[in-house]
Amino acid sequence: MNNLAPKLTSEQYENNFTEIHPAFNQNQATVEANRCLYCFDSPCMKACPTHIDISTFIKKIATGNIKGSAKTILESNWIALTCAKACPVDVLCEGACVYNERGEKPIEIGRLQRYAIDWYFEHGMPSLFTPTPKNGKSVGVIGAGPAGLACAAELALLGYDVTIYEGKDLPGGLDTMGIAPYKMSYMDSLKEVKLVESFGVKIKTRVWVGTTITLAETAQMHDAIFLSIGLGNSPDLNIPGEHLEGVCDALEFIENVTTRNWNSVDVGKRVAVIGAGNTAIDAATEAKRLGAEQVMIIYRRSEEEMPAYEFEYDLAKRDGIVFHFLTAPSRIIGNGQVEGLECVKMKLGMPDVKGRRTSHSIPNSEFRIPVDMVIKSIGQKPAESFLSQISNLKFERGKIWVNTETMQTSHPKYFAGGDCINGGKEVVNAAADGKRAAHGIDEYLFSRK
Amino acid sequence: MIDLSINCAGIRSPNPFWLASAPPSNSAYQVCKAFEQGWGGAVWKTIGEPVMNTVNRYGAIDYNGQKIIGLNNIELISDRPIEVNLKEITETKKLWPDRAVIASLMVESKRDVWHDIVKRTIDTGCDGIELNYGCPHGMSERGMGSAVGQVPEYCAMITEWVTEVSTIPVLVKLTPNIGDIRFPARAAKKGKAHGISLINTINTIMGIDLDTLELKPSVDGKGGHGGYAGPAVKPIALNMVSQVAIDPEVNLPISGIGGISTWRDAAEFILLGASSVQVCTAVMHYGFRIINDLVEGLSNWMEEKRLQTIEDFRGKSLRCITDFGNLNLLYKTVAEIDEAKCIQCNLCYIACEDGAHQCIDIIPHNGKNQPKIRQPDCVGCALCFLVCPVDNCISMVRKDDGSEAITWNELMRQLPQPLTWESLRQFQKKHGIEIH
Ligand SMILES: Cc1cc2nc3c(=O)[nH]c(=O)nc-3n(C[C@H](O)[C@H](O)[C@H](O)COP(=O)(O)OP(=O)(O)OC[C@H]3O[C@@H](n4cnc5c(N)ncnc54)[C@H](O)[C@@H]3O)c2cc1C
Ligand SMILES: Cc1cc2nc3c(=O)[nH]c(=O)nc-3n(C[C@H](O)[C@H](O)[C@H](O)COP(=O)(O)O)c2cc1C
Ligand code: SF4
Ligand code: SF4
Repeated sequence: MNNLAPKLTSEQYENNFTEIHPAFNQNQATVEANRCLYCFDSPCMKACPTHIDISTFIKKIATGNIKGSAKTILESNWIALTCAKACPVDVLCEGACVYNERGEKPIEIGRLQRYAIDWYFEHGMPSLFTPTPKNGKSVGVIGAGPAGLACAAELALLGYDVTIYEGKDLPGGLDTMGIAPYKMSYMDSLKEVKLVESFGVKIKTRVWVGTTITLAETAQMHDAIFLSIGLGNSPDLNIPGEHLEGVCDALEFIENVTTRNWNSVDVGKRVAVIGAGNTAIDAATEAKRLGAEQVMIIYRRSEEEMPAYEFEYDLAKRDGIVFHFLTAPSRIIGNGQVEGLECVKMKLGMPDVKGRRTSHSIPNSEFRIPVDMVIKSIGQKPAESFLSQISNLKFERGKIWVNTETMQTSHPKYFAGGDCINGGKEVVNAAADGKRAAHGIDEYLFSRK
Repeated sequence: MIDLSINCAGIRSPNPFWLASAPPSNSAYQVCKAFEQGWGGAVWKTIGEPVMNTVNRYGAIDYNGQKIIGLNNIELISDRPIEVNLKEITETKKLWPDRAVIASLMVESKRDVWHDIVKRTIDTGCDGIELNYGCPHGMSERGMGSAVGQVPEYCAMITEWVTEVSTIPVLVKLTPNIGDIRFPARAAKKGKAHGISLINTINTIMGIDLDTLELKPSVDGKGGHGGYAGPAVKPIALNMVSQVAIDPEVNLPISGIGGISTWRDAAEFILLGASSVQVCTAVMHYGFRIINDLVEGLSNWMEEKRLQTIEDFRGKSLRCITDFGNLNLLYKTVAEIDEAKCIQCNLCYIACEDGAHQCIDIIPHNGKNQPKIRQPDCVGCALCFLVCPVDNCISMVRKDDGSEAITWNELMRQLPQPLTWESLRQFQKKHGIEIH
């Protein structure tokens, strides 16, 4: 890569990646917990995709029953630590807190959740749940992300023998490999993995189903299969220069950042990120925090259509990220290495089928931006070739179709959840899907027998 | 395995948490719902003489944004007929054989009237009877409730009328509106009660509306004292429970009541001798659902302390209760400020300066005004520790001079009597105690 940004000191790295929502101390947690009104049938609970009984867990923090609080949380959500730190709470639980209606600051539900779950892990995961006796049936879970882990934990407690197959070296999916390190450390995700393993779930890492072992083999070993494979990398931009050195995929870049060996991640002095979803924002802020001097986001629609959450946008602006709206890349320029990006100006047209306005390039509006690195982040694509091995698997708008009550796919033995069915939402959705699927599988295997 | 089950005066329940006789235990619908959610028992809303309530009957005190730290009421006993209540008690007990169902009674002070109601109550199959000698308004004007509880002779007499016909345990519920709570407790013992419940509500006026100059709550312009309950009364209740618990002349099982909202409160009542605890205001505020944390929180705490049954810790703190004359006069602590935690609000300074013994200085330090304790002058009263808004910032550290403990009573035996300031000063000087 041309023009590598100079490496920072380890202190600077630590500083740049410190948690943006630090832990509560006991005093803060108690004060905040006592501020909660202990609403009945609370809107915050309904807004949480895993429907954690929020008022109850907060009340338990207020009375000092932290273990009970952790139990209330985990009863609904096995991925509670990652969720506490990474959930977009503004649009979920905290956004629904009744304090908003009173024009006051909502309860910091995420941080309180973290307080209870931190306690739980710091106290060595005291046993809270009694598994039902083994029922002799076995379920294979493909993918050890939050959806797979949640499903496995729930199934194990229901008496199933569960094996998770994970292609990567480390389990946890994007919780381990994707979430910005200033939100949480990948080690938090590994704590959740430990919890799931403590229920007797076996996790086989470095096993790519379809490559290391065949899907057919895997299916044969189990009574049901849960697909929690997430999504793949960004699709190609299909513009010239895409294969120059200095062009990379957002997820690959982010994966290197989350493992916290910041010193070994190269970043250019001037970085362009293509796309304006949450992942693009993460890639941009992470590049900046690694020491890039100038980071810009290139997005073909306007601010209004931008898919990133408002607080992510704010974070990026505070990090000094420059936004080029109504701009699309047309060519990556360089000689072996990236030297610049040629873009065209865009204008918005009529809304498309999804209601989003289409964008059209304005003729002769090309201009060039000198850059050293280009990060592609235009959404993730599903693992179509892998999924095509399953007969009769029905898709809907490029996503695996499931019965939303049971998470069963059109092939009765296969269930699915998480990003691979919703096209990429949040960890908490994956956690909710996994748990629901476990009950769907349970119902299927026992009503069938 | 933690076992929360209890036996209070022969009344058994799977956990010590009972609904107190009050609105939450007004009907079979409510009591059954509470049992479904895990309550161990319920003392039915007091039944007896025909009554009629005023419409508004509650007043509350909010404190610093927290609603209802105290709740006042002028509600009477059940305003539903005796027959209806007895029928519902019968049905409820049948549905919930393992829970404690206790009928609370209050009728005219006539022997045959009491005999009649007690017999009809026993026929419901309930587990016990609680005599309401506590209601401080309305009923007392008609010679019942606290009008009985405040006169030990009546208390003994009516209790005896009940116990002479009752085949089930009888608890006597005391009013706190009395100089010495031990007297009505002893009277109940004399009347052969099996246990004591306390406290009922405390006489209070909640406040005045400064625009209308009427009382809060105001019943068409008029009002009067009501009975006070809720978190604010807990310390008063704890004291009364402990007094009854340590009185050798009483020596009866206790059902503790007054301001219990959390498992912590319950644990404190049990540590002071209560076998069961009763809750009213907290349920009125939040609903029966609080039972989840009451049960779980208490169990988790017991597990942490390696306690298996309620009996393993019941009354454990009573051994600490003694008279002032038995306290160690040479036990010395002084305040210490953790400067790293201090936020320089200087509340400790002004509290000590104006409200205590002038032993904190404000020292300018790095552009901040840092409070500093002059430890040799500190009398150890702990006021600064109490006002400090930061956890673990001010601590009271032990600084005994190494001499053996001595109490006031022991000291009085050592010093020449009658006691003079001079001889007391000499003793203080010997131990480096500076009074200023
Ligand atoms: C950069 C980034 C940042 C994000 N930040 C947040 C955030 O802050 N908050 C939030 O709530 N959400 C965030 N998300 C979204 C969130 O991470 C996902 O919604 C969630 O992880 C989806 O979980 P999943 O279990 O469905 O899939 P994944 O987490 O993607 O896990 C799928 C797993 O399956 C494995 N796998 C796939 N195919 C196979 C196979 N054939 N054989 C074996 N293993 C296989 C993969 O290696 C992977 O480990 C972020 C996503 C990204 C990309
Ligand atoms: C509205 C109200 C009505 C009550 N009615 C009765 C009653 O009928 N009989 C009785 O023995 N106590 C009655 N009490 C007193 C309660 O049983 C209890 O002793 C008191 O409220 C203290 O407990 P708490 O702090 O948990 O509320 C009543 C209390 C309230 C607040
Ligand atoms: S899991 Fe997420 S959305 Fe649900 S309560 Fe916790 S922080 Fe809020
Ligand atoms: S809505 Fe807000 S105040 Fe109400 S229970 Fe939820 S967090 Fe507490």
